[in-house]
Amino acid sequence: MTVIERPLVETVRRPLRGGTRLATPQWIAAAPFFLYVGIFLLLPTAIVAGGAFIDGKGLSLSNFATMNQRFVINAFINSVVLSAISAIIGAVFGALLAYAVATGNPNGVFRRLVSSACGVLAQFGGVTLAFAFIATLGSAGLITLWLQQHGMRIYANGVWLYQLRGLVLVYTYFQIPLMVLVFLPALDGIRPQWREATESLGGGTWHYWRYVAGPLLAPAFLGSTLLLFANAFSAYATAAALINQGSIVASLLIANTLTSEVGLANPGIASALALVMVVIVAIVMVLYTVLQRRTARWLQ
Amino acid sequence: MSRNRRLKLQIFRVAVFLVLGAFFLLPIGAMFEFSTRGVTDTAPRTLNAWLTIGQTPDLVAAILASLGLAVLTSLGMLLLLVPTMIWIRLRLPYLTRAMEFLCLLPLTIPAIVLVAGLAPIYLWMNLNINDSILTLAFVYLILVLPFAYRALFTGLAAIDVKTLAEAARSLGANWGTVMLRVIVPNMSVAILNACLLSVAVVLGEFTIANLLNYVNLQVAIALLGRANATVSIAVAVASLLFAFILLVILSFAGRPRARVHLEDTGLPYPGAAGGGLR
Amino acid sequence: MTTAVAAAGVGTATRAGVEIRLENLRRRYGAVTALDGLTLTLAPGELVALLGPSGCGKTTALRLLAGLEEADGGRVVIGGHDVTGLPANKRDTGMVFQAYSLFPHMTAWENVAFGLQMRKIGAADRRRRAIETLELVGLGGFANRYAHQMSGGQQQRVALARALAIRPKVLLLDEPLSALDAKVRVRLRDEIRRVQLDVGITTLFVTHDQEEALAIADRVGVMQSGRLEQVGPPTTIYSRPATPFVAEFVGLTNRLPGIVRGGQVEVRGTSLPLVQPDAADGAAVALVRPEAVTFASDNETAAGPLVGTVIAVAFLGATSRVTVDLGDITVLAQLATSEAAAHPAGTRVRLALRPDAVLIARETTGATSA
Repeated sequence: MTVIERPLVETVRRPLRGGTRLATPQWIAAAPFFLYVGIFLLLPTAIVAGGAFIDGKGLSLSNFATMNQRFVINAFINSVVLSAISAIIGAVFGALLAYAVATGNPNGVFRRLVSSACGVLAQFGGVTLAFAFIATLGSAGLITLWLQQHGMRIYANGVWLYQLRGLVLVYTYFQIPLMVLVFLPALDGIRPQWREATESLGGGTWHYWRYVAGPLLAPAFLGSTLLLFANAFSAYATAAALINQGSIVASLLIANTLTSEVGLANPGIASALALVMVVIVAIVMVLYTVLQRRTARWLQ
Repeated sequence: MSRNRRLKLQIFRVAVFLVLGAFFLLPIGAMFEFSTRGVTDTAPRTLNAWLTIGQTPDLVAAILASLGLAVLTSLGMLLLLVPTMIWIRLRLPYLTRAMEFLCLLPLTIPAIVLVAGLAPIYLWMNLNINDSILTLAFVYLILVLPFAYRALFTGLAAIDVKTLAEAARSLGANWGTVMLRVIVPNMSVAILNACLLSVAVVLGEFTIANLLNYVNLQVAIALLGRANATVSIAVAVASLLFAFILLVILSFAGRPRARVHLEDTGLPYPGAAGGGLR
Repeated sequence: MTTAVAAAGVGTATRAGVEIRLENLRRRYGAVTALDGLTLTLAPGELVALLGPSGCGKTTALRLLAGLEEADGGRVVIGGHDVTGLPANKRDTGMVFQAYSLFPHMTAWENVAFGLQMRKIGAADRRRRAIETLELVGLGGFANRYAHQMSGGQQQRVALARALAIRPKVLLLDEPLSALDAKVRVRLRDEIRRVQLDVGITTLFVTHDQEEALAIADRVGVMQSGRLEQVGPPTTIYSRPATPFVAEFVGLTNRLPGIVRGGQVEVRGTSLPLVQPDAADGAAVALVRPEAVTFASDNETAAGPLVGTVIAVAFLGATSRVTVDLGDITVLAQLATSEAAAHPAGTRVRLALRPDAVLIARETTGATSA
């Protein structure tokens, strides 16, 4: 036995090069990670995907029937509108800020300050953000009161902060910094030689933006805007903290369908709605990735 | 660049900074203002709301729970990610794409969707294992994956893991020593980054805790908001400041030596679409 | 080749280049003086290389000529027209940058056609002329490539074609070879010169590489601290440097301490004539080219100020560079390889200094400088 076992032990002790003749396969070391992700990420996703097609009686598409109902359609339309508008506003102002940063000293304090602040603010959201805007523009908010003292009433037609318009405003607060973070690398990829080459070839500022910088930045801008769209589309906490009742956007609708306080919870329908959301986000993210690749090739 | 254009550019930059600076600072300033208001309009400014934080047991419990979750999540994240990432880089490069895909997947799956699938799993865990709020750490680890993976990936990309490992192995180190004493010390900044980001994510999380009926810091603030607006806003400011400090430490001190660009790593920006915090 | 040039229409039509005058140009950046009164005239069709260390103002001079920077004072005259106040896009200059200047979202021919588009030339004409110009630089088959599909050398050729396609009055080259490998650099250098001669365009070439400048230019201008130290044909710059700076920047130079006395400098027992015989007496450093250092004909190596040990022999082809340790100083000698081979490292030798006129510097430090 000893005689036979010895070479086997030698083999195991050897550096694991080549991956042949091992007592335990090398991938075992990576197994815990994949197992964990399987249980806490893939399984819940599968539960949602599967649950969407199961109702009380078994396999069925009935859960998707709710997609015909007025309030569901409205919630998704509202979500698309909210995400699109906040993404476009965020993209435009974020791009302006990014440009202002990119044209400054690349190692300056100022740039570090802005990029640090954007790193923080892009993650800022949820309850805290909702409260910040309530403290600013709520009925007793700082600006609301100040304007009142000066004879201006911004809420003459109702407190729009708690409506879709309010969500647009609040969402721009994290959309702009996110835009700066994702768009700045593209702007940094723009080389000053390109402007100078344009000029020496006879082009002016307009030609430069129209034929050179514009086309070069367009994929990055569009891609970033899509990312912002997905970002707003899947956001829940901020809307939940700002709007106590109703399901004016898709994420609130899913949450309310999932845990209705009046006992109308329906996991099957919630899964169906969640699946629709995840499909929309996934499509947007795939487009974003495609555009990001093109940007990387041009602006490296 | 002509002087005229340079001047115009400067004016444009200053204008952008002033306008957007005001937009971003006003709400935070307003929160401070709100949290120091007296009971009535004419009452003097007071720090009562801030002092009340420590005397609200529910709040204290929620803060402790969130801090506990932050620690557990960070530790779990390190245990799960660091050895696996190093091992995959050294020995299983064909798994790189699979791991990257899984780690970035939470970006595409909104937290609100995840929670719909988690509900039955947590129901089962509550009945059969434990119903402590700390079990949230399991799913929070998933939420921090994209952030942590990206931070660690940047750290690993900046060092030549293979050569370091081969050098250490040829000097007689076993694999545990290679990881703990050779590779990990060389990516300490990345590990710090990953931890700080994880802590920030956990402290800011609302969606999952709320929908699974756990009271963490953010849920507690939201609940308190209905009863005592000034106190809840004071806590919100405090938690924001805490996150701010963490992330400023991260962006200033935690700068990796070799700057790896977004395009180099090929990873999308984390925290973008997952909406974990929002 | 001639047919390609004629077909491109950039040859004969503009073969007579225009004169360019830079008059007393001055430019400051904050406290730094980049150009301190630069005056330089380029004859029609001439290629002048501006040579100097980084920060000497050579790039500023080129950018002032291109109109990419504004001068604080002085004039830029192109073909008799004062263009000092004109912006870059009105100056009719073709510029080739250091690297990465091709528009990455355009193919090679689109890049070359861009300047023609700015001049509102019709699409069909643009394409034809762009492809002809690409043929001129030897890249006819690369018209549909993008920058990221080409090597660095090819990209620079496209950049050259782009600059030439607009038939500019002046061609400006801003260190166009510095980002390339040594081999490609030499080939493209010769290629640039060929095209420039074919087209006959007045050209300003900025570089920090002395070999490049001497090889390509009709005249070389050596700059330091915003001023021109010397302008002249490459041979003059090399063999009769006007200032110690030029002598040391261009080529290798031995710095040998000596004493100036009566219009001569005495170096280690040898009297050498001075380039400026009116120099005041006293201690000085003579700047002696390695070519002016030879082995003495006799083999008397017992003692003497020029007796030492060979410590290294570097084979350069027809010549070899020999490093000799004289005890207190090392000296470089450049000799025929056959001669150098007779004295391998370790042998004792006696050196001799050829009595060429030398420049002197007044500091007394240092021994050999590259």
